[in-house]
Amino acid sequence: MIEILSSAALSTVQDQGRDGYLRYGVGTSGAMDRIALTVANLLLGNSSDAAAIEIPIFPFRVRFLEDTAFALTGADCLATLDERSILPWWTVQAKKGQVLRLGSPAVGARCYLALAGGVDTPMVLGSRSTQLRGEFGGFQGRNLRKGDVIGAIGPHAAQAKLSDAGMPEFGVEPPNFFLTSPSPVPPGDAEATVVRVLPAGEYDCYEAASLEAFWREDWKVTPDSDRYGYRLAGPTLNSRSAIEKRSHGIVPGVIQVPHRGQPIIQLRDAQPSGGYPKIGTVIEADLWRIGQTRIGSRLRFVKTSYEDALSALAENERYLDKVANLVALYRSSLLTT
Amino acid sequence: MTQDKLSEPLRISLLGTTAILFEAPGLLDLHNQRRIWSLAREAETWPGIREAIPGMTNLMLTFDRPPKDPMSLDAALREAWNAAGELALEGKLVELPVSYGGEFGPHLHDVVAYTGLSVDEIIELHVAPLYTVYALGSHPGYCYLGGMDPKLTVPRRKTPVLSLPGGSVSIGGVQTGVSASAGPSGWNTIGRTAMSFFDHERAEPAVLAPGDMIRFRVERVLA
Repeated sequence: MIEILSSAALSTVQDQGRDGYLRYGVGTSGAMDRIALTVANLLLGNSSDAAAIEIPIFPFRVRFLEDTAFALTGADCLATLDERSILPWWTVQAKKGQVLRLGSPAVGARCYLALAGGVDTPMVLGSRSTQLRGEFGGFQGRNLRKGDVIGAIGPHAAQAKLSDAGMPEFGVEPPNFFLTSPSPVPPGDAEATVVRVLPAGEYDCYEAASLEAFWREDWKVTPDSDRYGYRLAGPTLNSRSAIEKRSHGIVPGVIQVPHRGQPIIQLRDAQPSGGYPKIGTVIEADLWRIGQTRIGSRLRFVKTSYEDALSALAENERYLDKVANLVALYRSSLLTT
Repeated sequence: MTQDKLSEPLRISLLGTTAILFEAPGLLDLHNQRRIWSLAREAETWPGIREAIPGMTNLMLTFDRPPKDPMSLDAALREAWNAAGELALEGKLVELPVSYGGEFGPHLHDVVAYTGLSVDEIIELHVAPLYTVYALGSHPGYCYLGGMDPKLTVPRRKTPVLSLPGGSVSIGGVQTGVSASAGPSGWNTIGRTAMSFFDHERAEPAVLAPGDMIRFRVERVLA
């Protein structure tokens, strides 16, 4: 069990998301950076559907109310356990009473704190992810608050043995060391997050100059950006004629353009349907990059093909397979020595 | 500002690598919607399809895994649409009392300005039809309704409102609906009602389903 010590505004319990209820109006929710969540669970030997805490606002502090193995992934937030520094993408055994502090990350936006066995909140409609709009799932269907006490399911047998062996600490390389970042055309500022986009249904309805600007310009992430969507500021995108669509299903990653011409990238808490025109979709393989993009920073879009979008997904899977193999090797070596 | 062009062409488009969207040709009417319900029943049985989600005369299919060749799905959707008959779902009827205008309908005057109708005319046109639940979407339990008088057509707002309360009765394009919980919306809110649309503890969590019917009744009108 852990106790939240800071006013943890906007921190939520998330797993890989809630599938199969879109037709009831229930969006998927789930981690904004699914890769970081997956690795956190791998580091602890958790099942792939285990939930963790997604933290977007810092500093963030928790106290361990019992001995618990935990893992930190996502943004490098200069973590300390009492006085000791904890590396990012790392798993550590905490002792009862110790305080974990996460500072403001130099790079990245969201940190994932996973606990042995996973965060113990009830499964609702097949997931532990927080459905903020529906006020269910996660921890009481809401953002975490100071004073909340959150349980862990507890270690699986192999993890428990590892903890008993007294050497549970290890880590892996983060995905940006392994995955190639897409290159913008023309080349841009190295600070901007670059994501690949597939044109969507209404792409061809935009003026040529708007389409050119869409790919060429930087997009600023405005303060109204959150888990629902990132509202961007940049050149005005004009359609050749006004578009009013019948409401239809949408998915995280869809880039809608409301009538004033400033795009919104729908994200994990997005509603599962909408009617604003869609200029493109950020490919699933790159959504984690948006999850790590901060308010006030900039985004660039790169046009991609369906085949390249599948290759990007395969590359993500190769990274996760590599992590899984390394973790398995390390665990077995710890248990046999 | 052009509106829903009444008769639309058939369109099929990809939503990244996670879903495909089928938009039926023709009118936004119950005949087309019944064929969408029929297409949904068929498509949800196809291999690799996670879920079939009806919209307003359209259908989104989400994938378990992205298909290698999405063009084969394109062909399958066209073929299944041509074969789809009208699935007449028989539903229940729910009456919803609505407080129109004032603090409950912050955009009622925008609807007046856009349509040129008076407040009374707008309300009269809004409560007249028996609306059919065409689809659920937007947020847990939210119903998209078919049957609104086209005279009430008002485009979605230039910028979505960041939060509207649950029970908001609103108009977006040629559609009307009632929000099931508080949240952001791009629609024009004209009134409010009290009704619980969703219970996450039930196996069928939504109270209303496609084919159910709603009638609005005037509870009161605020200045």
